Amino acid sequence: MCLAVPGKIISIDDSDPELRMARVKFGEIARDICIQWVNDLSEGDYIIAHIGTALSKIDEADAKATLEALHEMGEIDYDTNA
Amino acid sequence: MAGLKHIDEYRDRRLVGNLTKKIGSELTRPWTIMEICGGQTHAIMKYSLLDLLPLEITMIHGPGCPVCVTSVELIEKAIVLARQENTILASFGDMLRVPGSTSDLLSTKAKGGNVRMVYSPLDAVRMAMEHPVKRVVFFAVGFETTAPAVALAVKQAAIRKLENFSVLVAHVLVPPAMKALLAAPENRIDGFLAAGHVCTVMGYEEYLPMAEEYKIPIVVTGFEPVDILLGILRTVQMLEKGRHGVENAYSRCVKKEGNAPARELLGEVFETCDRTWRGIGHIPGSGYRLRDKYRRFDAEHVFDLGGIKAEEPVQCISGEILTGIKKPTECPAYGKLCNPEKPLGAPMVSSEGACAAYYKYGK
Repeated sequence: MCLAVPGKIISIDDSDPELRMARVKFGEIARDICIQWVNDLSEGDYIIAHIGTALSKIDEADAKATLEALHEMGEIDYDTNA
Repeated sequence: MAGLKHIDEYRDRRLVGNLTKKIGSELTRPWTIMEICGGQTHAIMKYSLLDLLPLEITMIHGPGCPVCVTSVELIEKAIVLARQENTILASFGDMLRVPGSTSDLLSTKAKGGNVRMVYSPLDAVRMAMEHPVKRVVFFAVGFETTAPAVALAVKQAAIRKLENFSVLVAHVLVPPAMKALLAAPENRIDGFLAAGHVCTVMGYEEYLPMAEEYKIPIVVTGFEPVDILLGILRTVQMLEKGRHGVENAYSRCVKKEGNAPARELLGEVFETCDRTWRGIGHIPGSGYRLRDKYRRFDAEHVFDLGGIKAEEPVQCISGEILTGIKKPTECPAYGKLCNPEKPLGAPMVSSEGACAAYYKYGK
């Protein structure tokens, strides 16, 4: 039930201020997702969506930094450092 | 599903290997860690993380499966609603096969009950607009992740002045359940992986007093294998250093304060109430109900549902499964009397249920 998946914003429709919507692509599938609670979104941004609503915008810089740190972790020999 | 940004990178074998090695290098003794969320339980089983983790780490699976903890009484109420004249009962697909005490919603549909599966609560609002002569009831199951979308649906129904839409509210809240687990005499949890998507909405400030009171590490954790191992690593590092507190291992999606507009909407539409968790029992302050201002959308107020009581099937030990006391494979009915085709209890049905995860991934 708490399943939420990343999707890419294709277009934004903010004609209804109480129900801002976006067309969001999840792999090959596109869906209309409510973006009422997530501000500062633009086309091309990634969001985490759950049952038709966006929960948060994915922080690209944060994601990149975490992945880089995890790749670097592989360069350490834990047997000798333990 | 190849080439999916923000998914594939977190299923990378090399990173999984880096993390399992790093976890092993930090360990000096055994630790027991509970993942709260059933979505994480399924990922742990799907990617065989139990086989990759050092033997010193015991993962126990928590109660974070809202379908599993929805009381039999509420399911019976939903079944009664689905049998009413001129009424449509809408809910998520996961909810439809969960056994109540007499039947389940899918069997009720097969016998002529009007039950519809929807993707979003807004679909149920749309259904009410399209069928003005029908009464549409949305069976609202879920944690803090799901509740904002239900609050939005209720608010939309109010804006559109709908008189044929209501909600049977079954929402449950994570922090009171975590506290109940920690306070239980049989508690053996050394650290928690907090449910990342609940935290996208609620943030993680409310875990700080709990971590302090019980001197326990709580690490906000995502759902892909790399995310889960990172959550376990951060928990182990805190445990080995004798530290407690709250850390965020899912920072690309979760901010400390969560999603402020969604939390504001939750506060406007819902208030906390006591809730009975299936298999676990009464937990004070662990649910949401509609505030007075929105009471006209409360199905328990609109329909006469008083006097509906129900009993849990006796063979199901879901309470011990949901609190991590027993693994699914320790249940005498597992795989024999109880399987996904013929489930005795909810954890064998739901895509977040621990028994279904063990069965599906061959444990």
